[in-house]
Amino acid sequence: MGSLFRSEEVCLAQLFLQSASAYSCISELGERGLLEFRDLNPKVSPFQRRFVGEVRRCEEMEKTFSECRGLTLGGFSGDRPARPLTLRVQEQSEQLAQELREVSRNHASLRGRLRDLRQCLHVLREGQRFTSQPMTFGAAVQPRGGLPIPALLLCLCSFVAGVIHPWRVTAFERLLWRACRGYLVASFVEMPEPMEDPVTGESITWVIFLISYWGEQIGQKIRKISDCFHCQVYTYPESEASRTEAITRLHGQIQELSVTLEETEKYLAEVLDKVAQVLPTWRVQVQKMKAIYLVLNQCSFDVTKKCLIAEVWCPVRDLTQVQEALRQGSVSGSCFVQRVPTSESPPTLIRTNKFTSGFQSIVDAYGVASYQEVNPAPYAIITFPFIFAIMFGDVGHGLLMFLFALWMVLYEDSPRLRQGTNEIWLMFFEGRYLILLMGAFSIYTGFIYNECFSKATAIFPSAWSVATMANHSSWSSAYLATHPSLTLDPNVTGVFQGPYPFGIDPIWSLATNHLNFLNSFKMKMSVVLGIVHMGFGVVLGVFNHVHFQQRHRLVLEFLPEMIFLLALFGYLVFLIFYKWIKFSAAESMVAPSILIHFIDMFLFTSNAENLPLYPGQVPVQMVLVVLALASVPVLLLGTPLYQWCRQGAPRTVRPGAVGGSMGVTRRSHCGCCPGAAAGHGGTGAAHLDFAEIFMHQAIHTIEYCLGCVSNTASYLRLWALSLAHAQLSEVLWTMVMRNGFVGLSYVGGVVLVPVFAAFAVLTVAILLVMEGLSAFLHALRLHWVEFQNKFYVGAGYKLCPFAFAPDTWE
Amino acid sequence: MAYGGLAVPIIVMSVFWGVVGGVLPWLVPKGPNRGVINTMLVTCAVCCYLFWLIAILAQLNPLFGPQLSNETIWYLRYHWP
Repeated sequence: MGSLFRSEEVCLAQLFLQSASAYSCISELGERGLLEFRDLNPKVSPFQRRFVGEVRRCEEMEKTFSECRGLTLGGFSGDRPARPLTLRVQEQSEQLAQELREVSRNHASLRGRLRDLRQCLHVLREGQRFTSQPMTFGAAVQPRGGLPIPALLLCLCSFVAGVIHPWRVTAFERLLWRACRGYLVASFVEMPEPMEDPVTGESITWVIFLISYWGEQIGQKIRKISDCFHCQVYTYPESEASRTEAITRLHGQIQELSVTLEETEKYLAEVLDKVAQVLPTWRVQVQKMKAIYLVLNQCSFDVTKKCLIAEVWCPVRDLTQVQEALRQGSVSGSCFVQRVPTSESPPTLIRTNKFTSGFQSIVDAYGVASYQEVNPAPYAIITFPFIFAIMFGDVGHGLLMFLFALWMVLYEDSPRLRQGTNEIWLMFFEGRYLILLMGAFSIYTGFIYNECFSKATAIFPSAWSVATMANHSSWSSAYLATHPSLTLDPNVTGVFQGPYPFGIDPIWSLATNHLNFLNSFKMKMSVVLGIVHMGFGVVLGVFNHVHFQQRHRLVLEFLPEMIFLLALFGYLVFLIFYKWIKFSAAESMVAPSILIHFIDMFLFTSNAENLPLYPGQVPVQMVLVVLALASVPVLLLGTPLYQWCRQGAPRTVRPGAVGGSMGVTRRSHCGCCPGAAAGHGGTGAAHLDFAEIFMHQAIHTIEYCLGCVSNTASYLRLWALSLAHAQLSEVLWTMVMRNGFVGLSYVGGVVLVPVFAAFAVLTVAILLVMEGLSAFLHALRLHWVEFQNKFYVGAGYKLCPFAFAPDTWE
Repeated sequence: MAYGGLAVPIIVMSVFWGVVGGVLPWLVPKGPNRGVINTMLVTCAVCCYLFWLIAILAQLNPLFGPQLSNETIWYLRYHWP
C-alpha cells in the first residue's frame, strides 16, 4: 500500500542506447509504459530534429490510410512495429490506394455512360408517340403542348430530340416560339422514371422534348437554344425503321453495360474488403512508430560514444524491469540504464486501482501531491463520504443512492455502460465507488438522525412517555381541547426514561419545537467533528516532518500548533461534552451558556448571571488562554531562528553540507516559498533569504491561528446543509405525498398514483440530484480547504509515462 | 417499559466498533491492499462511533421536553407505551 500513503520514490536515470538498437529498446519500453522521457533538445525546432524524416514518412502513411478508410474499425493490435516493416507497409498502402482510386473512377464513368444510354432510349421511345401512326381522338394520353403530326408532313421535317430539366421547360418553350415564330412543333413529355442529374446527383424527372421543324436555319437556331438551356440532345433517326433498330441496339448496349457495372462493383467490394482487414493493424503500427520516433527525437546523440542518451524519470521500483526491457530490445545487450543524482524535484507517482482512483482524483483536482509528501487520499476514502452523509442523512435517499451506485458497480464491465458518450454520465460512472460509499454512510447517518423520507421510525420504543405526563398533569380531554400545544417536562419522573439507544428519539419528529433541540444538537456535532478533523490534519503533518528529516519542526511547529488548537478548541469540545453529561433538566433554568463562557474566556471577563460549569473554571481558562497565546510566537519565530542558528554557526566550516541541508529544508518548506527555492538552489544562502523565510513563517502563523477560528465556524455548514435537507424532505412529504392519503375510498387510491409520481420525481430531482451535488460540493470544500491546509502542500506534478495506451488509439 | 439506561447501548456500540476498528484489521489477508483496507476500517470505526456517541450524549440529560400538539397527545397517550 505504501504507494497510496505517500508517493513512490522516483529517480532520474540516463539510458544509453546504441543507434542500431535504439528503436527496438524504445519500443519495448513503450509497451511497458514505465518511464517519462525528458526533452534533451528543447531549443531545437521540430524541423531540425534527428528523425524528422521518419516522422514525416509516418504522417504520409497516415494520410494514405485515412484515404483508404473504409468500413470497420479494427481492434487494438498488440504487435510491435518493426522498422523494416515501414517500407513494405508504405508500398502496399500506396498500391492499394491507387487501385481504389482507379476502380472508383471507372465505376463512376460507367454509371455516367449507362445513364446516357437510358436517356437516349427513353427519348426514342417517347418520340415514337409523336412520329408513329396518327393517333385516334380517343387516345388516353395526349402529349402536352402538341398535336400528332400528320404523316404527310413527316417526310419533310427534321427533328431535334433531347432531354431538358423540368424547371426550364416553360422558358424553353417560350423562347423557341419567339425565336422561330411557329415554324416548329415542339412536344414535351415527362420521362416515365426519374434519373440522376450528373451535376447535383439528385433524382429528377426529366422532360423529353421532340421538336420538328422545317428549314435549315431554324434547325441551327433550335440547336443553339437547346445548347443554352443545357439540354442533352440526341440524334433522332428520320425513318421509322431506323428508329426501331436504334431502340433494339440501345437495349443491347444497356444490357452489356449493366453486366459490366455489376462486375466492377463486385471488384470494388473485394478491394475494400482487403483494405478493411489490413488497415486497422497498419494504422496502429504506424501510430506507435510515430510515437517512438517522436521520443527518439528527444534524445541527444553522443558523438564520442556513438550512442543515443535519453534522460528519464523512472520509479526506483521499476529499474530492474527497465533493465530487462533494454536487454530484450537490444541486439547485443549493449544498452543499459544508469541512475543519476539530481536536485530537481521528481514527479509524483501514486499507483491506484479502480477503487482508489476515484478518491485520488478528487484530491488531485485540488493539487497533485508534492514529491513524497503525505497523501490525504486513503483517509478521504472514508472521511469524504462520511462528511457528505452528515449533510445528507436520510435512510430512504441514502438507500436510493446506494442502489444506483451498486447497479453501476455490478455492471461496470458491460460495454454499454463503459462506452457512453454523455460526459455527465461518464462522470457519475467514474465515481461509482464514491457514490456507493456515500450512499452507505447516508443510510447510517439517516438511522442516527432517525429520518427515512423525512419520517422517523421507532425501532426502539421512544424514551418519552406521554401517558405519564398526562397522568401527572391531569390532561383530560377537555383540557387538551382548550390547549392546542403542551410541553412534556423532563423534570417529572417517568416522563423521560433515558437516552434513545440508537440515534434521535422518534418523538422529536412529532414535536413542534423539534428544531430547537435538533439545531443545538447538530451545531455542537458539527463543531466537535470539525475540530477532530482538523486535529487529525495537524497530526498528519508529523509524518511529513519525520520523513523529510526535519525533527526540529516537530517541536517548533507541530507542538505549538497542537497546543493552540487543543487549548482553545479542544477545550470547547470538552465544555460541550461536560455540559451534556453534567447538566440536566433539574438545572435547566440556570444552565450555563457555553458560548458566553467561551467569549468571556478570550476577553478575560466574567458574567455574573452565567454560572460556571465546574469549580475553578476561571483560573483553568486563564491558563489555557495564556498557553495558547504563548504558542503563537513560538510558531512565528521558532523555525526561522532555528535555521538562522544552524546556518550561522558552521557556516565557515562546511559550507557544502550546510548548503545541502539548506536546500532540503528550503525545498520542503517550499509550500509557502516557491520563489526562495527556485532562486537559490543549493549553497550560498544570502541574508536576504531570511527576510523571506520570516515572512513566510509569519504568513503561515497568521493563516493557522485565524484559520483555526474561521475553519471551526466553517464546519457549521454541516449543520446548515443537514437542516436544509431535512426541511426540504419534510416539505415534500407534507405538501405533496400527504395529499395523496386524503381520500380513503377507491378514488383516493387512484389519486395516489399521480401524487406518488410527482413525489418520486421531485425526490429524485431535488433531494437526490440537487442536494446530493450540493452536499458533495461542500464536503469537497471542507476537505480541500479546512482539512488540507493543515498539512498539505500539493505543488507537485504527475509522472506521465510513455506508453502505447489502447485508449489513445481509436 | 424498562430502559437499559446508558450502560447497555454504550457497551454494545463500543464493543461493535471496537471489533471493527481494532480486531478486523488483524484479520485482513496480506496483500497489496492491506494498508488501505486497514486505514478504511479504523477511520470508519472512529467516525461512526463518534457520531453515534454525540447523538446519545446529546440526549442524555435533556434540558427541555418536546412540545406536542393536542392531537398528537391524544394519539400518543394511548398508542405508545
